[in-house]
Amino acid sequence: MATRATREAFGETLIELVEEGLDIVAVDADLAGSTTLAKFGAAYPERMFDVGIAEQDMIGVASGLSLTGKTAFTSSFAVFGTGRCYDQIRNTVADSKLNVKICPTHAGVTVGEDGASHQMLEDITLMRVLPNMQVLVPADYQAAKTAVRLAATTDGPVYVRLGRHKVPEVYTDGFEGGLPYAHVIREGSDVSLCACGVEVSHALAAAELLEKKGISAEVIDVFSVKPLDEEVILTSVAKTGHVVTCEEHMVWGGMGSAIAELLAAKLPTPQAFVGMSSFGVSANGDLLLEHFGLDATGIALKAEELLAR
Amino acid sequence: MTENHERRPDEFSLELQLIANEMRHDIITMLEAAGSGHPGGSLSCADIMSVLWFGGVMNYDQTTPKSDGRDVFILSKGHVAPALYTAYHKLSWVKGDELLTLRKLGSRLQGHPDSTKLEPVEVCTGSLGQGLAIANGVALGFKLDAQKTQEAPRKAFCLLGDGEMQEGSNWEAIMFAAHKKLDNLVAIVDINGLQIDGPVDEVCSLGDLRAKFEAFGWHVENADGHNVDELLRAFDAVSAVEGRPSVILCESVKGKGVSFMENQVGWHGNAPSAEQAAQAIAELDAERDRLTAELEEVRHGN
Repeated sequence: MATRATREAFGETLIELVEEGLDIVAVDADLAGSTTLAKFGAAYPERMFDVGIAEQDMIGVASGLSLTGKTAFTSSFAVFGTGRCYDQIRNTVADSKLNVKICPTHAGVTVGEDGASHQMLEDITLMRVLPNMQVLVPADYQAAKTAVRLAATTDGPVYVRLGRHKVPEVYTDGFEGGLPYAHVIREGSDVSLCACGVEVSHALAAAELLEKKGISAEVIDVFSVKPLDEEVILTSVAKTGHVVTCEEHMVWGGMGSAIAELLAAKLPTPQAFVGMSSFGVSANGDLLLEHFGLDATGIALKAEELLAR
Repeated sequence: MTENHERRPDEFSLELQLIANEMRHDIITMLEAAGSGHPGGSLSCADIMSVLWFGGVMNYDQTTPKSDGRDVFILSKGHVAPALYTAYHKLSWVKGDELLTLRKLGSRLQGHPDSTKLEPVEVCTGSLGQGLAIANGVALGFKLDAQKTQEAPRKAFCLLGDGEMQEGSNWEAIMFAAHKKLDNLVAIVDINGLQIDGPVDEVCSLGDLRAKFEAFGWHVENADGHNVDELLRAFDAVSAVEGRPSVILCESVKGKGVSFMENQVGWHGNAPSAEQAAQAIAELDAERDRLTAELEEVRHGN
């Protein structure tokens, strides 16, 4: 199966959007080659700004550009592009409801060998708690193209979580329609596996493992963590009565927490959380998913434990 | 600007001083009604704000907030929001009664400027060290627009405090503005010398700010922050600068215009009581009367 990283969709989709007539600019912080914004910069040099290793300035400059009527995308690695400049994102971008789109790459433990300092595992939480901020976590290359398009055409601040790790194809094409968006990729009746990003393909593989054990798992791609597609999630959970949330992210405050908040209020349901609860370590990305129980085996195990409760 | 040139220079500067006096009056009235807020830094920048907004420095349509083609003003030292609101009041963008709603539930006049609540505000500020980077982006955006229109780019103005210059993010912005040769960007630093914990020089000295800006590639002007003629000259000088951003370093007195607030660090973030406000207003009224008499003499005297 073809594998591609979600970051690969970033620069090239921005090029398409400018070709389609959108007034888009991009700001990076010395990582344009890695984030793929260099591609955009090569096509539209006048629309691409590199502030150097200065993430706070990156968000400020993008904010100012948005004040002049442009839709401004920022990047860097997720750890620096959200954490280093969190105050700017909170107080300037989110509070002012600016047309700034925070789209860093290299999110999650699958960054691999660079280790804990570069493996961003708190970004969904940090962005989700900000009023006015919408949060998209695409599962594959096609979903990432859709996410970047939606970010460009949705008014106000949007966070798009992109990764470096090559992931299997989940979608053969992009999808239409607005937010919120969650999608049932595989139907089942015993447990709902709600996954986002890299974890969607692993949840699908986990469903195969569970099927061999006579457990019917439904797999949902939670593409928009904020806003949540409540209808799709509640319909699935009402049917299965069990939910396992799967994210390449801390279990505190991320997508799993968002779903727990929803279910606590509207449909209390036994839930298991697949995610991280420590900083990462250096190793190959796939090995790390296995090591931290984020792979298909780990997800299937959590589902079985939940059903046996 | 055309209108101003028909007046005698001394008449114009007296008018600007009277506007600053009116702003100070408004600031005291607002803060007393609010029961909290930041008088010291609001008062120290009143003359700068008067010259910026009413001295023909910024290009904007006085009848319409956020008019097309305007220059953009970013208040990086957002805690002096009252000073900004008094400029809006002078322009009738905020009515007199509304000034008294400062910091109260449901008011458009938030404790720090909020662009989602008050239309003339360009962007939310209040967390120090963020305004200059925003102004960088605005100036860049205007340069990009100017490439298409072949007209001179619109300008971005940013007012900062001296204590705020301790924020590292400002130095990222200072570096980038010079790198991008943003000659349509003007920063103004209101150097009142005091921050919450004490004198800036004692808390964490900025050293030679002029030398620092120059070393980063900026054009630097110095001005007395309470001398409108010096301020006008400085703004005039920076308007001719090409190929690099400009900063005007304005030496000022925190709490300027109210004797018991001047140079007192305790008046950074405390509102005056009714009694204190009355004394402050009396002092400001006396200054207004003095300026008015002087203006009358300039207009009608020999």
